[in-house]
Amino acid sequence: MGKRVEIPVVRAGSKQCGIARCGSEPSADLPEEIRKKVFDHPCYAEEAHHRFARMHLPVAPACNIQCHYCNRKYDCSNESRPGVVSEVLQPEEAVAKVQAVVAAIPQLRVVGIAGPGDALANPKRTFSTFRLLRRHFPDLRLCLSTNGLMLPEWASEIVALGVEHVTITINAVDPAVAERIYSWVFWKHKRLRGREAAAVLLERQMEGLERLTERGVLVKVNSVLIPGINDDHLPEVARRVRSLGAFLLNIMPLISAPEFGTYFGLTGQRGPTEEELRRVQQACEGEMMLMRHCHQCRADAIGLLGEDRHEEFSVQALVASARRNGGQKRVAEGDRRRVARVAVASRDGRLVDEHFGHATALRIYDVDEEEVREVEVRPIGHRYCSGEISCGEGEEVLAAVLAAIYDCDALLCARIGIAPWEAIEAAGIVPSGEYAFVAIDEALRAIYTELKTSRRLRRGAESARAA
Amino acid sequence: MALRIVDGCVNCTACEEVCPNQAIVPGMPHYWIDPGRCTECVGDFDEPQCATICPVEGAIVDELGNALNPPGSLTGILPERAIR
Repeated sequence: MGKRVEIPVVRAGSKQCGIARCGSEPSADLPEEIRKKVFDHPCYAEEAHHRFARMHLPVAPACNIQCHYCNRKYDCSNESRPGVVSEVLQPEEAVAKVQAVVAAIPQLRVVGIAGPGDALANPKRTFSTFRLLRRHFPDLRLCLSTNGLMLPEWASEIVALGVEHVTITINAVDPAVAERIYSWVFWKHKRLRGREAAAVLLERQMEGLERLTERGVLVKVNSVLIPGINDDHLPEVARRVRSLGAFLLNIMPLISAPEFGTYFGLTGQRGPTEEELRRVQQACEGEMMLMRHCHQCRADAIGLLGEDRHEEFSVQALVASARRNGGQKRVAEGDRRRVARVAVASRDGRLVDEHFGHATALRIYDVDEEEVREVEVRPIGHRYCSGEISCGEGEEVLAAVLAAIYDCDALLCARIGIAPWEAIEAAGIVPSGEYAFVAIDEALRAIYTELKTSRRLRRGAESARAA
Repeated sequence: MALRIVDGCVNCTACEEVCPNQAIVPGMPHYWIDPGRCTECVGDFDEPQCATICPVEGAIVDELGNALNPPGSLTGILPERAIR
């Protein structure tokens, strides 16, 4: 229990939302130990939000609860709202993306995982991303957002990985209120509903919050303000979470336009007016410190708060830049030898025996002078998307495939159509149907020699600089 | 005896994580259940785990094509109001 620091209630007075009033420093009132952890985090320290940038990595698509303000079906490039992304990344892709962003946005300080589902409903993906980031970018701060359901299980891992900031969405502390906000909770192999579901979720949130704060993790609480449901209840939420050590409360207005297709949107639940939001903020600010500069960003937002450059760093844009920069991803993997990375379409894992168009996964190998090493099997088209890709639109599917093999030098398959051939070649990857029904090992050695003699092998960091 | 994933699946991966038989794999255009591995969770759990965590109504069906989570059952949104 020793590490928890007593946090003063800093009154925001008549301050309005951040952007306009840069230069104020509310965190100056904080204990030094906390100030050091927040001064460059745009979501925690208001004065940081226009100087330091953050990015969210959309590596966590699964969720274990259903909130009435969320619709898991929607993922459309026309909309921009919290919890929404256009593409889901594998952990390695996410790290490559961080590398590209670090190069383009030097103010980047914080990398967070916030979904698009729940970070802790995808523990393998979330924590392997954090481990890779720790190894390759030790100076970046890591943060995580969660609904809290699985937080007690993972609190120790979060602490062990040095994740300093965690945000928990807590919309109520009374199950009678919470049951009007959630439709179900997946818990111990069952789908709970109603008050039972709400009670389990709240209990886990409180336990998780306490486990983090007693180990010195800074916890921000997000509460969605839903008029008529939790507006009068939020001061009680503030009291309770502060007593358990939460450091900052962010009251976010409900977004419920009917076109988003959420339960609240379709049942006519409106969001708060500015006046209602202000009133609830005032009622809560005596209880704890409030965040007032939140921009309710997407789960893949990149840049300063209030700006979002995620489109610049789409997987397609990254494929192009990764190809241009040659060995970039090799640097990320700490591998500076001359290695060819090759994707193979194979059903049985022994022969190059699959038509590219039929493959649902590709086997990835690294080949050098001495050995052939199987890296992994990558699903292709394994993209979180409700629309275009699943409709089978050629270009979209191809973009997903290219994203999956962006770091490869060559692609071997039994057959391949003209359109994908051209697209793959244009991305700088050598497509080949020449090794149809040849043993994979043999084919890999042959393509390695071919790449080497045609000088298409990249040389890690060196060639990256030369290019 | 096996369940199937049909159109409507948003590839959110939740089912893959909870399947006790590793029967669910990513695919195009959506996730796929290997009928040779799926047991509908009989013997492991009271309810098929994929359908118990799936957030999309109608995305998982039984052998007869009946949705395990029929319209309205998860969101409480009546089918005629749902936006596709």
